[in-house]
Amino acid sequence: MRAVVTVIGKDAVGILAKVSTECAEHNANVIEVTQSVLQDMFAMIMLVDISKLSGSFAELADSLSEIGDKLGLKIHTMHEDIFNCMHHI
Amino acid sequence: MINTYDVLETIRMIQDECLDIRTITMGISLLDCIDSDIDTACEKVYKKITQKAARLVEVGEQIEKELGIPIINKRISVTPIAIVSAACGCSPVPFAKAMDKAAADVGVNLIGGYSALVQKGFSAGDEQLIRSIPEALACTERVCSSVNVGSTKTGINLDACRIMGSVIRECAEKTVDSACFGAAKLVVFCNAVEDNPFMAGAFHGVGEPDCMINVGVSGPGVVRAALQKYPDADITQISDVIKKISYKITRVGQLVGVTASQRLGVPFGIVDLSLAPTPAVGDSVAHILEEIGLEKCGTHGTTAALALLNDAVKKGGVMACSRIGGLSGAFIPVTEDAGMIEAAKCGALSIEKLEAMTAVCSVGLDMIVVPGDTSADTLAAIIADEAAIGMVNSKTTAVRIIPAIGKDIGEELDWGGLFGCGPVMPLKKESPSKFINRGGQIPAPLHSLKN
Repeated sequence: MRAVVTVIGKDAVGILAKVSTECAEHNANVIEVTQSVLQDMFAMIMLVDISKLSGSFAELADSLSEIGDKLGLKIHTMHEDIFNCMHHI
Repeated sequence: MINTYDVLETIRMIQDECLDIRTITMGISLLDCIDSDIDTACEKVYKKITQKAARLVEVGEQIEKELGIPIINKRISVTPIAIVSAACGCSPVPFAKAMDKAAADVGVNLIGGYSALVQKGFSAGDEQLIRSIPEALACTERVCSSVNVGSTKTGINLDACRIMGSVIRECAEKTVDSACFGAAKLVVFCNAVEDNPFMAGAFHGVGEPDCMINVGVSGPGVVRAALQKYPDADITQISDVIKKISYKITRVGQLVGVTASQRLGVPFGIVDLSLAPTPAVGDSVAHILEEIGLEKCGTHGTTAALALLNDAVKKGGVMACSRIGGLSGAFIPVTEDAGMIEAAKCGALSIEKLEAMTAVCSVGLDMIVVPGDTSADTLAAIIADEAAIGMVNSKTTAVRIIPAIGKDIGEELDWGGLFGCGPVMPLKKESPSKFINRGGQIPAPLHSLKN
């Protein structure tokens, strides 16, 4: 089971570090990261393995979203199924 | 491998364009709850609903969180109560109360199925149920009612149309304090479907399995946003854009339905390929039609644009899911659609145009507010007109119309939330009473010599 974590907002130092630390605390293993900075807008997409989460999916999603609020970023954590179903036949 | 563009598109659709799953509806058969003692029967009904749907809301919320897509409503539909209550031989209102309590206890906001199917005549229990609808809707909060008065195979039961005209009035009169809301929970159908997940017309048909999950999708905002990117496309390209986006919307409905059915241990029924608007900004079917090129929804060209939209939504959605059903198509409820409300207020959208629109889309004259002094016979005639469109065109049509008791043209009714608000729309003044009071059955139409 994998989830996609998207981080969108104004670029700043340490975004990747903070998000991946939080993932580690929930035992979510980061598999792949793509990120881009357009002008000063930061967009990062992380694919994480959630099959061995220490808590529930909701806890991971909520704590990442809280970090986003603190940093002024939008962080969405969604199961990869929704992207696969919508964009692949 | 994740594609950045795909991920961002999905998130934009959900965050900015109001993409959501409108409803997960659990259909529950109550055939095994029939008992000649009404108290026993009601107890069985309460038990069965609360047992089957115990985890419905919890699972819905879980999926919502995991997939990151709002699931607006979790609802329940049951076997038409007229069938369940027939053996009791008394007023079926206690069934409505049992349904209401069960719905409240499992946490769903609406439960449908206080219904009767009388397209060819009344069997035991049918007329009693129909006459009890105003009381049942006034003394419950969550119960929705529907009556099927016609079909392509049977024709139209004109007696049932006549009775429903007065039942609608009575529903509104009994709920004047809550802006005549009773009438908003009552739908009169022609060619009613057995697996509709949308309220207020949902019921669980007798041909359905014991329990199943049906899903209704939404997404007018997403379709409009997709069309905005093609300001100069010709109409064939417009149709293709709608098909593609509709595929994506419906895929999510399929995923949610399959996941819910697995987690609840209940078979998955159908996805209803619908464009269901809400009064929220950016979630309007009327605005799609305006994006296609109409100055205001309701003007000349609306029927053609809506026909294209409705067809493209179905073509796109069909491939996206394993089984399709329900009411599938674009909905045009006036009070629940910001663009329709505007169009009705400025006079561009009339009830005659809405009637024409219902010939090419799902479902019918939906959530229309009419003057409070509208006679029961006029309401009956509106029902008969709409049923005739459904009967002749082999499609589902419905009437959910709200007489605004004590109000007239220029005033409006406002319920807030998903039900929205709407201006009182003018009707014809001439009486159809003689026609309606003839009674009897309009025979089923011929299926050849089509013109």
